[in-house]
Formats: sequence, C-alpha cells, structure tokens
Amino acid sequence: MSILDQPSSSSLSGGGVTRRQVWGLVGLLAAAIVAWLVFAIWPAWLNAILISKKAFVSAILNGLTLAGLYFLVASGFTLIFGLMRNINLAHGSLYLLGAYIGYEVTSRTGYWLLGVAAGFVVMAIIGVVMQVFVFRRLEGDDLRQTLVTIGISIVAADLMLAVWAGGTYQIATPEWLDGALTLPVITAVRSNGASVFLTYPLYRVVVLAAAIVIGVGLWLMLNKTRVGMMIRAGVDDRAMLSASGVNVHAVFAIVFAVGAGLAGFAGVVGGSALSVAPGEDVRYLLASLVVVIVGGMGSITGAAIGALLIGLAEQIGLVYFPTYGVVLTFVIMVVTLAVRPQGIMGKAR
Amino acid sequence: MHRRTLLALALFTGLTAPSMALAADDTIKIGLLATFEGPFTVLGEDGERGAMTAVAETNGTVAGKKIEIVKGSSDASPDSAVRAARKLVEQDGVKVLVGPLSGDEGLAVKDYAKTKPDVTFINGTSAAQDTTLRNPAENFFRFSTDGAQWMAGLGTYAFNEKGYKKVATVAEDYSFPYTQVFGFMAEFCKAGGHVPSKSWVPIGNKDFSSVIAAIPEDVDAIYVALGGADAVNFLTQYQQAGGSAPLIGGSITVDQTVLTSKGKLRDVLKGTPSAGPTADTNDAPAWKAFVDAYKKQPGAFPSPSLFAHGYYVNMKATLLALDQVGGDVSDGGKKLREALSKLSFDTPTGKVSLDKNRNAVADIFLTEVTEGSDGNLLNKLVKVVPQVNQTLGIPEDEFMKLGAVNRDNPSCP
Repeated sequence: MSILDQPSSSSLSGGGVTRRQVWGLVGLLAAAIVAWLVFAIWPAWLNAILISKKAFVSAILNGLTLAGLYFLVASGFTLIFGLMRNINLAHGSLYLLGAYIGYEVTSRTGYWLLGVAAGFVVMAIIGVVMQVFVFRRLEGDDLRQTLVTIGISIVAADLMLAVWAGGTYQIATPEWLDGALTLPVITAVRSNGASVFLTYPLYRVVVLAAAIVIGVGLWLMLNKTRVGMMIRAGVDDRAMLSASGVNVHAVFAIVFAVGAGLAGFAGVVGGSALSVAPGEDVRYLLASLVVVIVGGMGSITGAAIGALLIGLAEQIGLVYFPTYGVVLTFVIMVVTLAVRPQGIMGKAR
Repeated sequence: MHRRTLLALALFTGLTAPSMALAADDTIKIGLLATFEGPFTVLGEDGERGAMTAVAETNGTVAGKKIEIVKGSSDASPDSAVRAARKLVEQDGVKVLVGPLSGDEGLAVKDYAKTKPDVTFINGTSAAQDTTLRNPAENFFRFSTDGAQWMAGLGTYAFNEKGYKKVATVAEDYSFPYTQVFGFMAEFCKAGGHVPSKSWVPIGNKDFSSVIAAIPEDVDAIYVALGGADAVNFLTQYQQAGGSAPLIGGSITVDQTVLTSKGKLRDVLKGTPSAGPTADTNDAPAWKAFVDAYKKQPGAFPSPSLFAHGYYVNMKATLLALDQVGGDVSDGGKKLREALSKLSFDTPTGKVSLDKNRNAVADIFLTEVTEGSDGNLLNKLVKVVPQVNQTLGIPEDEFMKLGAVNRDNPSCP
C-alpha cells in the first residue's frame, strides 16, 4: 500500500512533474478518450446516455464544420475590429449581401465557383468603400463608428428585403461537391455482422477544409510576410509607421478589403450549406461577436478557438438539450468574460 | 399669384383631408396584422394577398362604406404581435382587427383582446389549440381551424394506407407545432402506431444536420412540422445527408410557401402525405374561382397557400358580418360580434360555422405532394374529411382530459 503510494506523491510534491507536463498528460488523455469515442464500437449503456453513436459523432463533425463557417466570418471581423480598432457592426450585412450576390451569380451563370469569387470580390470593394468613406472620417471615435455602422446595417437589411424579398434562397452546389463521404467510423454493427459506416456530406468537409486553409493563410500573412509586419506595426504605432514611409491608409484599406471579402466569401459558402434569408445578417454578426469575445480581439488563433467552442456548443446543445441549447453559447461567453476578460488568446492592453 | 393660389389650395386640402377622413362616416378601418418581417415574412405576405382578395371581392367597400386597411407588422414573436396589435388599436384606432399569423402570436393577442372588450378580433391563420379551447376571449373569433384539426385523417392514413408503424417527429418548439403533433399523434397512436422520438428545435434554426443524425434509424417515416425557411433548411439538409425514410408533412411544411422553393429539396418532398385546410388540386368550382381571384394579387404563388386561404376566410367573415350590421361598430362592436358568432357561410373550401368557443368547424383535406403538369409541386387531394370540430369528434369532456398540448403530451413511445 505505502509502496504503491510512494512514487506518485513524491513526484508531485518534489516538483518532478512540471505544470506543462500535467497539461500535456491531460491533453493526451482527452485525445485518447475522443479517439475511443469516435472509433470504438459503443457499449449499450453509452448509447443509452448519448442517444446513439451516430448522433454524437455527427454532432461533433457538424460542430467542426459550423465552427469553420463561423471562423470565416469572425476572422474578417477580428481583423477589422481587433487590429484596426474599427467597430464594424455592419459585418453581418456584408455576409448576407455576399450570399445574395453569390446566389444571383451562381443561378445566372451556373458556375458555383464564380459565385464564390463574386461574393468575395464585390464585398472586398464595398469594404474598401466603407473604409474610405466611413471609417476614415470617424477614426478613433468608437461611439460614432458603432452608431453609424448599426445604421448602415439597418438600411442595408431593408434594402436587401426590398430587392430579394423575404424568401429563402438556396445556392446550388455543383455536382462534384454533392453526395456523401463514407467515413471509416463504425456507428453500429448489424445482426448479420456487417458494419454500418458513418456517412457525411462531402460539401461540409470541403467547408471545413477551406476554413483551415484560409486560417493558416491568414496567420502566415500576418506573421511571416512584409504586409503582415506593416499591419501589426500600424496597429501598434501608426505615426511611426507613417514616418518610415509606409502609406498607412493603403495598408488599412487592404485589411478592410480582406476582412469584408471574407465575410462575403463566407456568405456564399454558408448560403450553399444552409440557406440565405433575411435575419441571417444579425445571426452571423452575433455569432462573430461572441466568437471574437471568447477567442480574443485581433487574434486569428483566438478566432479559431472561439469558433470551435461556439460551433461545438451549438451543435451539441441542439442534439442533447435543444430547448436550452442557446444558453450554452452565452454561458461560455460569460465564463470567459469573468475568468479572462481579454479572451482566450487576447492580449491585455 | 397663380402659384400662391395653388399653394394655398394644396395647404388647405392637405390640412383638411385627414380631418375629413377622421370625421367622415363613410370609411371603416380594419387592422391587418401579419408577419411582414422575420422568418415568416413570405407567409405574412401571402396572408395579405388572401385578405386583399376578400376585400377586392366587394370592390373595397362594405355596407356602402369604403374599407381602409391599416397594416401592422410582427416578426412571429408574441411580444411583437401584441406591440403591433396595440399600435393598430390604440394609435390607429381600429375597431376591427384581422390577425395574427402564427401560433404563439395568437395566444398573446387573445390575452390582449381581453383587455380591449370594445374591439373585435378575428384571427388570421394562427392555429394554436388554446387560443380558443382553454380560457378563450369573448371578442376573439377564429373562422380558420386549429393545427390539430388540420391533421384530421392523417394519422389513420399513415398507419393504415401507408403502413407506417413507427414514426419520429421533428417540429419547431412552440405552440402551433405542439398542436400539429398532437393532432397527428391523437389518431396515429390510437390506430396502434408508435412515436419513439420527438425532436423539438428552436424556431429559426439553420443547421439541422445534427438533429437529422439523432433521428433513430429504425423508424418507418419522419413526421415534419416546420414552416417557411426552417422547412426549406431541414428538407435540403435531409436530402444532402442521404436521408431515405419517407416523410409525413405538417400542414405548413408542404404548403406553397415551401413547395415553391428552388433546389433539390423537391425530390424528397414528392409523395409526402399531409393534411390541412386546403388542397391545391381541389376541383370544386368555388375553390377554382378563389384561385383565379387570388392570382390577380401581385406576386401570387401558383396556388394560394394556407395563409392566403386563412386570411381570406377570416377577412371574408369580417366583411359579411360588417355588411349585416350595416358597418356600424359605434356600439363597441356588440352587434358585430353577435353577427359573427351566428355567421355560417360557404368558403372556397366548404361550409364554415363557429362553435361555442368561437372556433371554426370546417372541412379538412388529406393531400399528397405531386408534380403538376407545369413542373410546380402541388398538394393533390386524396380525401376530404367533412366538418371537423375542435375536439376532433371526441366528446368534449373526454377531449379535455387528454390535457393541454405541450412537448411531452401526447406520448406513445
């Protein structure tokens, strides 16, 4: 008894295990549990608790893809809001307008990729226009920026209602993105011994992949390139950057274009996975606000973590306690604000 | 000089015209409350088309007075409906109000009606059971039937004709879908069917894929009671997920507001049985005449949705009763309400009369989704269930013992 107790107590009290190692161990354990949950064939009691393996694994996968979508919207928001201190509450309108434009282009030309490109480009242009005509005039005046962008979002919502009416639009995905993937995950075993594999819509996997590629790209751009260096420098000390011969306004216009373009891109991609309808603008604005608050302002990694948490919480809530599912999202936000007000990856300023 | 006269004239008419309208006895104001914003916008717009069809039938006049329609907009939430009703009654001064559209709105407006005994409320299409069944308001009339009545015949049809023994349900989490599921299950469970799983999703939910994955795989069919954008999203994602179980539709799930949506959801909808207050392929001359009149409204669907129908029937009843009392509501609407409660008339979908709770007794149509000759999806008439009352033919005391509808009632796992 005492011999068995010996090693563990000595190693903890003696400081043989660092904090980092403990966290590593916890992480490893969590990864092992998740791997087991996904790949093992579930015993009956676990199925009884979590409805079914198919429901659970699907909820996790859906949480991941929804997180991908939220990340696409929120990454633009975090760039503009966090890095440039510009409060753009019309970001949701950019999402919705991008989706409508994507719908029009796709249904007229028949090329989905053209619709995606149009969503990005048109919103990027509108973003630059907003930066030049609105934000540059109101630089540093947070309250006026907030009010003006709320106004823009209300006007934009009514204009879009006038043009596209209240109907629900579905952007058609091309044939090669249709159908379902069979994943190497066994959800059940039939009585004749045959395994039932999990199928998952291919399109959603593509959404997730696109989000990851864009996330990594953004991180590389901000941290490894010259433009990224200029953006970071401009955020810290605009006057100094300007004095060293860089056109600060041009740099910020680029950031605004990328941020707004990403919202439009997400609109088309999201409108193909789900649907386009009035009210989506507010929904995605709220989602990206929560994601950015949880993840931390101005951090691409933070937006990814925030999107993951919110996406998973929403989908798991929807399956296991649908009536109170919405609460879960805001519990995460409240806990973050209480424990770490600057957000998970945010820097205290 | 000339210009100045014109200006004076314009000022004069501008100043006097509104006061003249207020003073004049030759117009009658009717409030029209529907969802012109939010997730049910499309439905509200079609409701308005229905109401305006009824107004157009009398050339915009009733009992020699001109009808003035004052619109109020809600977003399907109960508080927005009460706010809009309050604005119409207290600010615009309407004495007759037609609306609202959605279930929870109806419950809220009924409670508001109790505080305004001088105003007469006639339902739009809201179809929650307890708007009229339990604790009704004396001045709230419903000439459209409720969500449980709309399901008459569907449960038995699914069990006997389609052979479905186990059915899972997916519905929005508020009073109208509770009522619809109740109406379906009342018959289906009685016939011997089982409902092992019920999913209630928040209204306005976009991503249904996790809900779809949680539906048990061994069910024979899925009963779906979702409306507007929610139905479109569910059906699209069900198709994307390769769903193979056949569907059974709630009344507004296979309505024209959903059937006219573009996309691949059309494939999963074909052959879906449903029931409701209308059927697109109804051959009755009265229905055909109604469809023709409805199509004259701007932006009309190929066939009127049940919202157009419900608003039409309720507006028609309002105008008939107003005509009977000579458009006189100066007595706080007492005569009008008496006329309304005695009213029995032929609608495009058969005879309608009220019960003692001022809820309609009317014909219900069992339908199945088919593709029309022009490629539009239509609800093909399968069977008419004549004169369904609010207790679905069950004696009232027995029916009340079944309890109020909610998430868990009824239950037959």
